[in-house]
Amino acid sequence: MTNSVSIYDKKKRPGDMALLIVIYICAFLAVLLLVGIIGYVVYRGISVVDWQFISTAQSALNETFGILPNIINTLYIIVITLLIATPVGIGSAIYLTEYSKGGRLVRLIEFTTETLSGIPSIIFGLFGMVFFGTVLRLGFSILCGALTLTIMILPIITRTTQEALKTVPESYRTGALGIGATKWYMIRTIILPSAMPGIVTGVILSIGRIVGESAALLFTAGSAFLMPNNWLTHPMTSGGTLTIQMYLSMTKAQYDNAFGIALVLIIIVLGINLLTKLLSRKLDVSRKS
Amino acid sequence: MEAPSKTKKQFSIIGSHKTKSVVEVTANIIFIVCAFVAIIAVLAITVYMIYSGAPALFKVGILDILFGTTWAPTAEDPSFGILYIILTSIVGTALAILIGVPIALMTAIFLSEIANTKLAAIVRPAVELLAGIPSVVYGLLGILMVNPVIYKLEKFIFKDDPNHQFTGGANLLSAVLVLAIMILPTVINISETSLRSVPQDYRNSSLALGASKIQTIFKVTVPAAKSGIITGIVLGIGRALGEAMAIVLVCGNSINFPLPFNSVRTLTTAIVSEMGYAGGLHREVLFTIGLVLFAFIMVINILLSTVLKKGGKKDDK
Repeated sequence: MTNSVSIYDKKKRPGDMALLIVIYICAFLAVLLLVGIIGYVVYRGISVVDWQFISTAQSALNETFGILPNIINTLYIIVITLLIATPVGIGSAIYLTEYSKGGRLVRLIEFTTETLSGIPSIIFGLFGMVFFGTVLRLGFSILCGALTLTIMILPIITRTTQEALKTVPESYRTGALGIGATKWYMIRTIILPSAMPGIVTGVILSIGRIVGESAALLFTAGSAFLMPNNWLTHPMTSGGTLTIQMYLSMTKAQYDNAFGIALVLIIIVLGINLLTKLLSRKLDVSRKS
Repeated sequence: MEAPSKTKKQFSIIGSHKTKSVVEVTANIIFIVCAFVAIIAVLAITVYMIYSGAPALFKVGILDILFGTTWAPTAEDPSFGILYIILTSIVGTALAILIGVPIALMTAIFLSEIANTKLAAIVRPAVELLAGIPSVVYGLLGILMVNPVIYKLEKFIFKDDPNHQFTGGANLLSAVLVLAIMILPTVINISETSLRSVPQDYRNSSLALGASKIQTIFKVTVPAAKSGIITGIVLGIGRALGEAMAIVLVCGNSINFPLPFNSVRTLTTAIVSEMGYAGGLHREVLFTIGLVLFAFIMVINILLSTVLKKGGKKDDK
């Protein structure tokens, strides 16, 4: 009985144990979910994905299914979106961290950037359909979809660039300015190169978002699945991405094809995740040195 | 020391360079323009959502749309009541939060308070990957994994009820489960960050007073991280409310009162499933549904940036 008084003898709390078990179960639920999702998609998709699946267009005549046009459309949308969104997003971040001196305008810009990241993609889709599609007369086209996505991924690029710029030591700035560099020269030659891994991470994250996007593209880029006739005018034509084609297959209950595309998508997402991991590790190293 | 600041500025190298160099000024202007794109985008979205969503409100009648319960857009005498659609979105989101948030909070606690680096190195990447999986993939798995399970449950519960209209598993409950899984990463990430930012002193003091680890977590750390956790939950609400492609084929898509085993339609799925063929007034009403969704989201956003952010700052001080 004397032992129970000792502070070395831990008091047993059944409630604590129960909660701890619940916490462990919840944490491993996330892992289980992921393993389950990836496992099931691989299990169902692996037999569908072969060379023909990813290297041909679907053909009603030969009754074959392929996703090459969708891959090309996805690439087009990624490239066009990033070409517009990256400079604007980086510029916005540079203004916010290097030029602005606080105040109402900055708060407004930060608020709108946050708002943009909170708007659901279906709203972007509706806006893109009305503004880029009808008002700017782009109709259902890859360009219309890319412009819509530009607004959508702008906050991601702005925010990651801002974070990256903030990690550049203040001494770099004072040092550069101290030896007579002008502000833009300093940003161009010192700040941006130091922040580059962070910026690239943001761009890659955006690629992930674009690849996985569907609701914003359904009513803007459309759902065509033809091989491009002319590489230059292709952005002006309708083109469905991988996700859109997957959704169409689902609505037609062609689940095998859908699983094939799902497998391709998950491989892309895994790759992007791995790439950002590597880059952020590189960012850490450069910070230490 | 008493010299006015104007003369001081003239001595600054930076100041004189800035005014002299055209490049500097151009760069500055370009960056300001870039920064304004976000403002213009939000303004344009707001304007166009109202511009294309509001007319139908007046053509059909505000009360008839928002509080009507019959949705027959293609009938000869069309009626556009979206009350059940709005209710489904609210109920579905609330249920998804109810299921998802406790799991997410526990996982966040695990990551920040309990797990050692090795365990965290398994769970954290898993959470990140869950966030990256496209919503259509969740939808596909919803149809083929969640729906059959729910259908079995449905058959078991309603086997003696001849009035029940069987949904084959495509009902509110399935959609809620899919949404609950989809909000996990958002809530986990933000809760974990705010739990980590609780000063270590709080934990040490609590442990020194004799509280157990679990008591410390639930009575000291979690209350201290409250504002961050609430922010995470609100972002989760936004995510669940706005999700479309994951649940459009899972929720059944006919308009009913949001009961767990009813086939239902949310604000987002109503737009996705009918926009393709809608025309005229029907199309305008779909934009009104978009406007309602947009209004919900804007309320959440403004709530986040005013009430919650300020509350968080007060806590920090």
